[in-house]
Amino acid sequence: MLTVLGAYSWVNIKFLLEGAWVTVFVSVLSIILSYIFGIILGVIRYVKIKYLSAIVGFVIDIIRNLPLILILFFTYFGLPHIGFKPDPIWASVIAMAVFESMMVAEIVRAGIASIPVGQMEGARANGLSYWQALRYIVLPQAIRNMIPAIVSQFISLVKDTSLATIIVLPDLMNHAQIIYGQNTNYTIPMFLALAVMYFVVCYSLSLLSRYLEKRIGGNNSKKHDHAVEQAIENGSDA
Amino acid sequence: MISIFQNYGGELLTGLGQTLLCSIIALFFALIIGSIFAIMETVPNKAARIIARVYIEVFRNIPLLVITMFFYVVIPMYVVKISGFASGTIGLTLYSSAFIAETVRSGIQSVDPGQMEGSRANGLSFWQAMRYIILPQAFRYVIPPLGNQFINLVKNSSVLAFVAGFDLMYQGNVIASDSLQSMSTYLCVGLLYLILTLPLSYYMRYLEKKLA
Repeated sequence: MLTVLGAYSWVNIKFLLEGAWVTVFVSVLSIILSYIFGIILGVIRYVKIKYLSAIVGFVIDIIRNLPLILILFFTYFGLPHIGFKPDPIWASVIAMAVFESMMVAEIVRAGIASIPVGQMEGARANGLSYWQALRYIVLPQAIRNMIPAIVSQFISLVKDTSLATIIVLPDLMNHAQIIYGQNTNYTIPMFLALAVMYFVVCYSLSLLSRYLEKRIGGNNSKKHDHAVEQAIENGSDA
Repeated sequence: MISIFQNYGGELLTGLGQTLLCSIIALFFALIIGSIFAIMETVPNKAARIIARVYIEVFRNIPLLVITMFFYVVIPMYVVKISGFASGTIGLTLYSSAFIAETVRSGIQSVDPGQMEGSRANGLSFWQAMRYIILPQAFRYVIPPLGNQFINLVKNSSVLAFVAGFDLMYQGNVIASDSLQSMSTYLCVGLLYLILTLPLSYYMRYLEKKLA
């Protein structure tokens, strides 16, 4: 029993927390990047600019349908072939940001499409240009509808950072593996710690998403809810 | 890229087969387990609802890799020896079943409550009403989201690469280190994954449009 409790010695906890810090760093950075690029790409896909929208849509479809592990490998082992050699942390930030931007872009496109056309028509009729109407009337409403879907996408992002151990990102998962690799008695305690730490982060995020959903859901028509629900189902992980 | 297909075609095909096999097994069991927990969430019994809720929240909020590694590392150490493929498939099944349960539950709840009340009033028991009235309607609603879950499942099956499951991703790594052409190998692997996922993804979008 004591040998098992030894798993939670201060040294090990500190080592785990160092890993957790890398997980948080990679997650937060890729969340910010994918939020920005996701909205830009989603809008481009929606507004039908000649050629550009079609190309962006095609790229989004391709990357969304690939496993994240493949994209991680591609950035870490493939990019050096064309002369750019990122370290594991930046390689995972790039891979996660690219992959999740495509996911967010798809949610954004669905979100904009769920806003009734009358909003755009009304704004245009009141003298706003297309882009002004999009920027000040349509997009704010769409983003409000999309927030729950986007938050659940970010929950899977946090979980998916664990996959980056395959390119030796020194994250929570990797550090736990190192600890139980040195002493097999620590295997179960380490898995318990992993499960608890990931669960606490992801579950509190999902509570946040449910809270936002409730707060936003109040003044929405049924149609919006359905579209958001669809987007949540479409939003995916790995 | 063509040289990769010529030299390693056999390995890539075995990998594709393993990925497909694992996905289908996992989908089959995840559908069963997921539907059971989805129904448990909607029954009047409070204990059943809590059990289902806990199961779903636990497996939804823990990374797939942690679940899979648990079955790959801990179970063989203390309980019974299982292969990497088996542990990967079990992990994938449990993880996906939680998502499928959520999808099916939203389908059941999107069926008008009047349907259940009506069938109860007409003398059907709760389970009969569930089986003959609610579930057939619910499954029609959830087919597009379930298809998307299946696409996720195929993509997630790449976690088998961590546990020596000999799937497409694993073979890709072997080939990449053998041929030293990682760029074109991963492009080939990506192409094979797209053959599995992209048609399904477009079909689901078509279905969504048709049903909406």
